[in-house]
Amino acid sequence: MSEHERTQTQPSTVDAESTVGEDEQSTGARTVIEARDVSVYYGQEQALQDVDLEIPRRQVTAIIGPSGCGKSTFLRCINRMNDLVDAARVDGRLRFDGTDVYGPEVDPVALRRRVGMVFQHPNPFPKSIYDNVAYGLRIHGRTDELDERVERALQRAALFEEVSDQLEKSALALSGGQQQRLCIARCLAVDPEIILMDEPASALDPVATSKIEDLIESLAEEYTVIIVTHNMQQAARISDQTAVFLTGGELAEYDDTDTIFEDPDSQRVEDYITGKFG
Amino acid sequence: MSKRSTPTEGNGVPPAAGQSPATELQRSEFVVRKERLYGWLIASCAVLTILVTVGIIAALSGKAIVFWTEISPVTFFTGTEWSPIINNAYGVLPLVSGTLIVTLCSALIALPIGLAAAIYLSEYASERARSVLKPALEILAGVPTVIYGYMALVYITPLFQGVLPLSVQLVPPSIPLVPEFTLTVPALQTFNVLSASIVVGIMIIPMVSSISEDALRAVPDSLRQAGYGLGSTKFDVSTKIVVPAATSGIVASYVLAISRAIGETMAVTMAMGMSPQMPHFPNVLDNLAVSSQTITAAMVQIAGADSLGHGPTYEAMFALGLTLFCITLSMNMMAELIRRHFREVYE
Repeated sequence: MSEHERTQTQPSTVDAESTVGEDEQSTGARTVIEARDVSVYYGQEQALQDVDLEIPRRQVTAIIGPSGCGKSTFLRCINRMNDLVDAARVDGRLRFDGTDVYGPEVDPVALRRRVGMVFQHPNPFPKSIYDNVAYGLRIHGRTDELDERVERALQRAALFEEVSDQLEKSALALSGGQQQRLCIARCLAVDPEIILMDEPASALDPVATSKIEDLIESLAEEYTVIIVTHNMQQAARISDQTAVFLTGGELAEYDDTDTIFEDPDSQRVEDYITGKFG
Repeated sequence: MSKRSTPTEGNGVPPAAGQSPATELQRSEFVVRKERLYGWLIASCAVLTILVTVGIIAALSGKAIVFWTEISPVTFFTGTEWSPIINNAYGVLPLVSGTLIVTLCSALIALPIGLAAAIYLSEYASERARSVLKPALEILAGVPTVIYGYMALVYITPLFQGVLPLSVQLVPPSIPLVPEFTLTVPALQTFNVLSASIVVGIMIIPMVSSISEDALRAVPDSLRQAGYGLGSTKFDVSTKIVVPAATSGIVASYVLAISRAIGETMAVTMAMGMSPQMPHFPNVLDNLAVSSQTITAAMVQIAGADSLGHGPTYEAMFALGLTLFCITLSMNMMAELIRRHFREVYE
């Protein structure tokens, strides 16, 4: 595992700070994630090719594309979850609030506290509902007003009404949709700035899916949401921007969601969106 | 084995794709009988293990009851002296205490080290480190126990004898008003509980680590991902997510290891000697320094004595065996209860 410790000394930190200033002037404070020529390799295989992307703050950005197009890989670059895969290698520049995410002074553990993640299959810990939400707060040592913080997170994830009288019950007793909202609450409890969602509704039934979609739209008022989905209708319903990745890990098009779905530039994206392949 | 009646009209019609002719839906008599024979064979193997267990209990109980008609069970279970050959004293308490002290001390050594090793192997070790360490642990498990006893006697005891006795002043004399308190670790006898506990502890580490490691590896990776996604360090993920999720397996490994420590014979007989002791109070460290005897070692002693085959001393062996069996049985039942408790909470 290559979880870099903070080994760099003062000068590089100063460099990083001066870069922050420049970036805010050049790309504006609206952009929270900026990818420049990001490529990812798993061993010899290239999973992502020179991706250029700017993701705006407090909006929902959807990433769509056929299976194996690298959309999840890109998502996992943002919070450095790819570090956990031994063979993965990331090239290019990826900036979060102007700081290079792969810079030597960045601790992936600290980064992940600000960039939360919700996974494809609901993965609550085998603990009580309360302990699931409190987990992140406890490991970060923020145990003051724990009850209030847990309740607030559950409320923001639209789950509190359903579970308020059974917080000590096992999280595994909840339905799939409730479990996924619990995972969202667990992620919200530590106050991240960005929430990455990797096909969060693909394992759920239509009713649970629509609840998650409503929730995502309301989350965008406070958070930046980046969601990977293979459901194009879902992307069209909930996102402000859409990035279309096509086979080979190449970003084919990135624009406002309406433009992508009504008048895409490239023929390949139009073919994909109209269901001619993928 | 359900035999379905099959329509005969389909016969002779060439089968369409995905359909079989009706006759093939019936099993031939031969296959049915073969299946039944295999079923019986497997079942009889299962029954055999149960019969052996029942037989052991019956044999133990039979002789033990003969023993208890000669020596009253009250004397046996409350007596504080075990000296069957010289004094005709059959009090089992010193042996139970010897067994429990060795088991407790070896568990104190093996359970934390074994779990830590399991966490390392499952969560931290690279594939290469695992491929070296796993077989090494299995070799440790394969060392004959008599060699452990020998090691205790020849190496570990002299090592400690070089250091002990030891007096450590816990409260510095400069602090006023606090009574002076000195921790005294006594000198070791040639046969002693300490080195026996250490080798039994080492002996059961592989059991704890290998079963616990299986339990830790069975924890789904999605839980680790969730932990990392929330900004956990590797240590947080290992200790606060993976270990709690594997609790039932870890408890199972602990119980198996403790049962093994209770039943361990050769190493404790060699390292601890044969002088039954009631526990020493209040300086509990004395318990580790002296020679003592476990239930198993007492049985070895009786089995090696001249009285084999007759008399209360011989029959005492069966009473001891039954006592030992009851202790391990209650351990296993306790483990099952603990496991069930965690199951209810987490599944």
